[in-house]
Amino acid sequence: MGNIVALTHKELRSYFVSPIAYVLLLFFTLLFGWFYVASINLMVQLSTGQFGMGGPQVVNLNEFMIRPLFGNTAVILLFLLPMLTMRSYAEEKRSGTIELLLTSPLSDFQIIMGKFLGAMALYTLMLALTLVHIGILFWYSDPEWGPVLSGYLGLFLMGGAFISIGLAISSMTQNQIVAGVATFAVLLLLWIVNWIGDAAGGTTQAVLAYLSILEHFDDFSKGVIDTAHVTYYVSFIALGLFLTAKSMDTARWNG
Amino acid sequence: MVEVQHVTKRYGSLTAVDDISFRVERGEILGFLGPNGAGKTTTMRILTGYQPATDGRATVAGFDVAEQPIEAKRRTGYLPETPPLYPEMTVIEYLRFVARINGVPSGERRSQVSAAMKRTSISDMADRYCGKLSKGYRQRVGLAQAILHNPDVLILDEPTAGLDPRQIIETRQLIAELAGNHTIILSTHILPEVSQTCQRVVIINRGKVVAVDTPDNLTARLQGSQTLYLQVDTEGADPVPAIEGVAGVVTVTRADHRDGITLLVDSGRGDDIRRELARTVVANGWGLLELRPQQMSLEEIFLQLTTEDAAEDDPTAEPGVDGADETAMEAPTDG
Repeated sequence: MGNIVALTHKELRSYFVSPIAYVLLLFFTLLFGWFYVASINLMVQLSTGQFGMGGPQVVNLNEFMIRPLFGNTAVILLFLLPMLTMRSYAEEKRSGTIELLLTSPLSDFQIIMGKFLGAMALYTLMLALTLVHIGILFWYSDPEWGPVLSGYLGLFLMGGAFISIGLAISSMTQNQIVAGVATFAVLLLLWIVNWIGDAAGGTTQAVLAYLSILEHFDDFSKGVIDTAHVTYYVSFIALGLFLTAKSMDTARWNG
Repeated sequence: MVEVQHVTKRYGSLTAVDDISFRVERGEILGFLGPNGAGKTTTMRILTGYQPATDGRATVAGFDVAEQPIEAKRRTGYLPETPPLYPEMTVIEYLRFVARINGVPSGERRSQVSAAMKRTSISDMADRYCGKLSKGYRQRVGLAQAILHNPDVLILDEPTAGLDPRQIIETRQLIAELAGNHTIILSTHILPEVSQTCQRVVIINRGKVVAVDTPDNLTARLQGSQTLYLQVDTEGADPVPAIEGVAGVVTVTRADHRDGITLLVDSGRGDDIRRELARTVVANGWGLLELRPQQMSLEEIFLQLTTEDAAEDDPTAEPGVDGADETAMEAPTDG
């Protein structure tokens, strides 16, 4: 356990001494803020009846603002999180520091968990910064807090899935860029995999829709915590970490 | 302390290490000598648990590196070819991290880290970033990292590579000092290095052990014929007949040089003919510009050792059969 803490701490530190953490935090909050302002504008237009649909109307803040905002956040994460994980293994392999970790009395599990938790810690900080925006909403208005909490839980789990895939891919290469691009492509595919499904229909559609990584997020932002979706993300995380372990083992045999 | 039994490492169809066996006793310094791509790094990586062996068994301090890797690694300090430093950490942060992951108890961490820094004389560099260090200091931080947790066994992969002559001498002294408390395996491709620091030498070439011996015995075996490099100024006269006349001289080869006449003089086994040679040159009224033993290159050593042994036990160990194999072998061991 002490080893995992030491490794997590080291990972987190390396994010913050390089520009990565700051660049990610800056652009994530910038993009989040942009969507936030855009959805506030939409709210204002709706509630003041600027669309001419029968004059001003009472709009549900959760339904018309927070839910789309979470949906947009999921897409931002799809773009940004590959950049968080791309260097984790690739850089250590390139610079040879992986040799230090693999010849120290650490198990693969500890190394993987250290890297995963380090990335998760930075990701949690990213999410925590958005609490400022959401806090302002609560200050000036009165949205329901249930869907907000479940939305954050959904983002947390989905980000975890993104990160575990990113780690697995980073452990397969020495090149950060390759890791970043491949992770992004895989996540994008997992997002749009159900687009083909719509045309296919039947069982195929159901299976592809089930695989789609953003599909499972929708219920969370609606305020529904479905164990099926939680299971989906948790098994996704487990799969990513398992693949990382396998890839470390393969690298060891192939030298 | 360290035991390697019939270890083989194959990458696909390529055999990097081929049925290697040797032992290292407690407190001993073992030199691992071989050219690039001989399998030194691969063997060391197997011992440190970085890579598994395809076949065979290796134990460190009584623990099988494949069966009980954590226990074996706890007792091993390893300096890889390139010191594994995190550029964004300061030296002291890095060493504290290494102390933590090696299970040094928190109460002892501070003292262990400063002891390691003192021994490698890097205390002044404690707050420098690892990425900003010179090659020499990097190597020392790497060494500090390896000795930090007081391991029973130290494995050093080319500890003096890339250092300047003064740093090389310092590093050798440090290794000699460490020898009392640790069992040390170090690899090198420089012959004088092993004779200066090691008690025993394993010579390895093309993944096979060519010879295991003490440096003295090895030097004696290699002195079968000694070549002397002699440079004289004869003002035009031909020195060869006179030199050939010196007792003990077997052959004289003339290799002229613009500053004078250069001769390569081979003598018989064990004869030291330097005094006689000098006397002859002076007696003829010539200028003696240079007289020194010709250093044997590693390739010549292998040629000699392998041809010597080939007749006895292993006809396939003959070197120089195909050069392509050697360059091909470098890729997996270095990467």
